[in-house]
Amino acid sequence: MVHLMRYARAQTGRSFYSRPECCRVPPPRSRSQANGVEGSTLLRLVDSVHPTPSGSFAGRARPLARLTAAALLVLLAACDGGAKENRSQGTAPRTGGVGTPAPGSVSDTTEDGQWTMPAKNYASTRYSRLTQITAQNVAGLKLAFTFSTGVNRGHEAAPLVVNNTMYIVTPFPNLLYALDLTKPGAPMKWKYDPHPASAAQGVACCDVVNRGAAYADGKIVYNTLDGHTVAVDAETGREVWKARVADYNRGESFTMAPLVVKNHVLVGNSGGEFGVRGWVTALDLATGRLAWRAYSTGPDSEVLIGPGFRAQYPQYQGKDLGVTSWPPDAWKIGGGTMWGWISYDPELNLIYHGTANPGPWNAEQRPGDNLWTAGIFARDPDTGQARWFYQWSPHDLWDYDGINEQVLVDLPIGGQTRKVLLRAERDGYVYVLDRTNGQVLSADPFIDVTSTLGIDLKTGRPRENVAKHPELGKVMRDICPAAPGAKDWQPTAWSPRTGLLYIPHQNLCMDFEGVEASYIAGTPYVGANVKMYAGHGGNRGAFTAWDPIHGRIAWEIKEFFPVWSGSVATAGDVVFYGTMDGWFKAVDARNGRLLWQFKCGSGIIGQPITYRGPDGKQYVAVLAGIGGWAGAIVAGDLDPRDSTAALGFVNAVKDLPQATTKGGMLYVFSL
Amino acid sequence: MREPRVRECVSAGVREPASRGAALRARPPLRSALPHFRTHARSRAGAAKLALALLAALGAAACARAEAEPARELKVCADPNNLPFSNAKGEGFENRIAELVARDLGARVRYTWWAQRRGFFRNTLKAGTCDVVIGMPATLELAAATRPYYRSTYVFLTRRDRGLDLRSFDDPRLKTLRIGVQIVGDDGFNTPPVHALTRRGVVGNLRGYTVYGDYSRPNPPAAIVEAVADGEVDVAIVWGPLAGWFAKQAKAPLSIVPVRPQIDPPFLPFVFDISMGTRRGDTLTTRLNDIIVRRRGEIERILDDYGVPRAEGRRR
Repeated sequence: MVHLMRYARAQTGRSFYSRPECCRVPPPRSRSQANGVEGSTLLRLVDSVHPTPSGSFAGRARPLARLTAAALLVLLAACDGGAKENRSQGTAPRTGGVGTPAPGSVSDTTEDGQWTMPAKNYASTRYSRLTQITAQNVAGLKLAFTFSTGVNRGHEAAPLVVNNTMYIVTPFPNLLYALDLTKPGAPMKWKYDPHPASAAQGVACCDVVNRGAAYADGKIVYNTLDGHTVAVDAETGREVWKARVADYNRGESFTMAPLVVKNHVLVGNSGGEFGVRGWVTALDLATGRLAWRAYSTGPDSEVLIGPGFRAQYPQYQGKDLGVTSWPPDAWKIGGGTMWGWISYDPELNLIYHGTANPGPWNAEQRPGDNLWTAGIFARDPDTGQARWFYQWSPHDLWDYDGINEQVLVDLPIGGQTRKVLLRAERDGYVYVLDRTNGQVLSADPFIDVTSTLGIDLKTGRPRENVAKHPELGKVMRDICPAAPGAKDWQPTAWSPRTGLLYIPHQNLCMDFEGVEASYIAGTPYVGANVKMYAGHGGNRGAFTAWDPIHGRIAWEIKEFFPVWSGSVATAGDVVFYGTMDGWFKAVDARNGRLLWQFKCGSGIIGQPITYRGPDGKQYVAVLAGIGGWAGAIVAGDLDPRDSTAALGFVNAVKDLPQATTKGGMLYVFSL
Repeated sequence: MREPRVRECVSAGVREPASRGAALRARPPLRSALPHFRTHARSRAGAAKLALALLAALGAAACARAEAEPARELKVCADPNNLPFSNAKGEGFENRIAELVARDLGARVRYTWWAQRRGFFRNTLKAGTCDVVIGMPATLELAAATRPYYRSTYVFLTRRDRGLDLRSFDDPRLKTLRIGVQIVGDDGFNTPPVHALTRRGVVGNLRGYTVYGDYSRPNPPAAIVEAVADGEVDVAIVWGPLAGWFAKQAKAPLSIVPVRPQIDPPFLPFVFDISMGTRRGDTLTTRLNDIIVRRRGEIERILDDYGVPRAEGRRR
């Protein structure tokens, strides 16, 4: 009944608050202490810079003063609303002597007004330097044009804008539309239909969403649910190549957005619950031919771990850990799929990608860390060879897929500029990792966490909360975050002007209980009865601005439903995101004040973008269309009485069918 | 067929919204309807009903004749590649039971094919493209269950020439034998034998065979039975109907023994009652219940033909 009471609270939990004055340092959040994470990252970093026998910071010890000064500088820069871009760039300083930075690199300051990949750039900041729309004038934003996709499932993709054409990928049947932005109303230029096998919907895992396309070398590249990567001529809509990469007959599906690095299209599979073995694959951009494939489980030769691999923590040292950290042969069907995001640092020539949870065994049958699942790899994009690895959830118990996006920024930490990678992770922590070597610099909770007791920076492992470990026939209550994590696939945005990471996320806990008969392929099995409900505070979602240097929340907007959309930040100091009941919102990047909102026809789980149109105006675009895991109750017509449907998510969004209806539609706004 | 709908003739063969139930559209069957009418005719009200019904039925029949479209159908949701349960060629025992039910209703079977995996009920029964799932656990909440028509059990499957004679999860040999199990999902989700073995500390000597298998091959869940025959594992713990059917065709004689206990306390069942599934509130459920009772003998014979092991105990 606990969850029912929480649910009732959630009904009245709609509220909004923000810090009115910019950059006032909020008091440390008491919840960190409750979680066993003592104090802020700042304090922890200070602790760790004191010489210690084993601390890896010991060699670079810097006085506290210097750290504080650096942090203050960033804060000051962020406070200066009218700051010139260079100055407010304090968090991303120039790296001299490397020539012109590659587009999308961390130090890139160019802005072509386009949107050629879902994350905007290789650093995955989803930050645009366009300044026409500002916090001061965004209230005047008006609908410019719309376009119906004709598809009624969850629309998670980001539109692309290249050469005055907008490209939209739909969920299954994975249509690709090209819209001509030079003409009034942006009429359709062409439509490409990949004709994915209908059976993929039934045979493959998971939902039928698609997270978008990437543009490179005159081609639009994207994945189809039935396991193909296609390259389509961006001008004509003609298919250039179509490569069968994943096998839906083995349960693999294909929903992620590819990333193109040099001449390689990087893709990964979905389907861990189906006994799929996870991989990331590089295809040749010109032909679609397979260049390399790296598995997430199995022998080093197949994980592509070789002499270039440097283990930052001892648990990653040893031969064939992808075999030996599992019971015999369990790795062969061990999960660790890669259906999330890839980032790229051109200067280090490293790509970064997560790996999903282990499967399909229940946890007790797979003793061991189950490497290399639920973690993150840095790899050489040319060869696929791994350089380092870090595991968020060793021996994952909660379906915490580690596939979220990694935002590459340079931050002043410990008195020096560190090349870091920010990850708002499923387990409820924002991790700051040194992206050159995989060392975890800090991990602070951005939500109440009960599933673990904090992250031990020395060992690089979570401190386990044994009291919450699942046991058959026993009800485990108040496991926070719930299986979708504190944040799922929905990507964050980063503004170098504010130094804040904008996190769209859910606030859900779960009860994990009992035994329930279910049935697949004629075989009865025992299902965990998972019920999700609003977490502490009663709101089921939130949009949180996170200060990664101090490891704390700068401001937070509570949302009624989980926030399942992406976000975009702009140099006009406006941040956009959408809600599952269809509100598209613009908020002040500095304080979270709501500046403008528009009610779309269906709930928003898409990724907003902004671009400069051929008329020189700045536009903001987003796909509405409810669905995905969170919105399955509407898109899949699930029964709200079945509280365990959609693996328990239905219980948390029972009232969604009253708030929104299906329908894929593009909305584009301008001043 | 107590309320034949004359107007249905106009929509013969056309799908109506699912919510009203009635798997059987179009012309009502006089042949199967008549026994009902006879019993009802014992009362005056019944007689009146009979007269009305006959009139309506005749009207409907005439109407249907005019359309020359005898489209009375039993719409079955089934997996096209899942023997011994069902396949697209109609070779499974659920295909045979569907035919039996349809015959009783004076209809013919029309299938909606969909792989029986996550989303199966959502995309078939709930989407309204078909009206009955022939086999599902009686306790499943996803659909309305008819009364159970068989009860089966997980079984120990071994090569007879090994002479292992395993009977219970408490047999100490299970700690060292190579054991094949069917697996599905992750986290808390799995087949009951996996949980039972885990509880007893039998970890590390299991080999998992996903229930999903490779769908491009015939009968994807069969791999686990082949593994016993090939000696890849010493014993497999398999859901009865699957073991029974594939053991009949295995290259070596196999022994099938129901697992003990039937329920591992406090509540981990290895024995499941199997029902047909319909949409909640569909009047079809009542008619199927009636058929399950009347045609028990024929159903049992079909199950025997496929070697479906039946568990002891009364079906609830």
